[in-house]
Amino acid sequence: MSQALLTVIGEDRPGIVAAVTQALFTADCSIGDASMMRLGGYFTIMQVIDYPRDLGSVEMALDPAIKRLNLRVHLDPISSVALTADLPNTRVTVYGADHPGIVAGVTGVLAAIGFNVIDLESESSGSAERPLYVMVIQGYAPEGVESVRKAVVPLREREGVEIGVHPIETAVF
Amino acid sequence: MAVLSILTYPDPRLQRKAAPVSVFDDDLHHFVDDLTETMYAGPGGVGIAAPQVDRPQRIVIVDVRPKLGEDCHGLMVLINPELAAWEGMAVGREGCMSVPDFTGNVIRAERIRVQAQDASGRARSYECEGFEARAVQHEMDHLDGLLFLDRLVSRKIDLFRRKNYKK
Repeated sequence: MSQALLTVIGEDRPGIVAAVTQALFTADCSIGDASMMRLGGYFTIMQVIDYPRDLGSVEMALDPAIKRLNLRVHLDPISSVALTADLPNTRVTVYGADHPGIVAGVTGVLAAIGFNVIDLESESSGSAERPLYVMVIQGYAPEGVESVRKAVVPLREREGVEIGVHPIETAVF
Repeated sequence: MAVLSILTYPDPRLQRKAAPVSVFDDDLHHFVDDLTETMYAGPGGVGIAAPQVDRPQRIVIVDVRPKLGEDCHGLMVLINPELAAWEGMAVGREGCMSVPDFTGNVIRAERIRVQAQDASGRARSYECEGFEARAVQHEMDHLDGLLFLDRLVSRKIDLFRRKNYKK
């Protein structure tokens, strides 16, 4: 088995996930980690697949779905890297009046303390006059949650956003 | 005392509903001792339920001292436990000895009052909060054949259901 990262984008409509995964199934692929979600008016899929033969046969299997649903598809062969074991230990929630620079400002501060973003989701909402930006970041802070709390303090004022920093404790029972 | 072997998902025995305990005899005491030892030997070491070791009876043991020190009830032997009251909700990431390697977000009550019997059959009542309350709820789910996998919530819910809405 070889691994590839499959990216799919198409105008959102019912049946995209079903068509793509059915095609992968018939091509003897198996699906690993996946993120599938609507972004704007588009539906997006990024997923790790294991495929048994060559990427050409995966593309061929996907072709009818690509044509029928007008999808854009990209396949990148990837080498199987060892999974990094870091579980997220910190959740950073950000919200405020939308303006350019929020994500860059927040993630810049996080990068400076070695924070590894594992997962970031954000949404623009609110009305056209009063746009609202909401972002949730989960990641691993090597120096712990307190280091993140300290790092984001200046941002509140500079960016005019609310920033919450919460520990993520994984409790194994 | 003995460390018992833990059933892991997808073993169907984890999905049985456990029966109440009615006999509080030496056999029960021995079992409670073994179950406690098994809990301390586990990776989390803070909670265990009898169905996890293939004994479908309503017995839960929780001891969160490894995590919280003395700021908790210590060793709780909860036989035939019932949630008498609960309030608040919090999202937390959980894992389970019966579901190796996977962790996920689960919503639990923040504060609970649990009524149970101890190993001798005496009535007990505990008020728990936070991590200890989460452990008790997680273990009590095993008595009804539920795993935390049955209660997974999406990451997006975290932001909107967090406790500190008050400012």
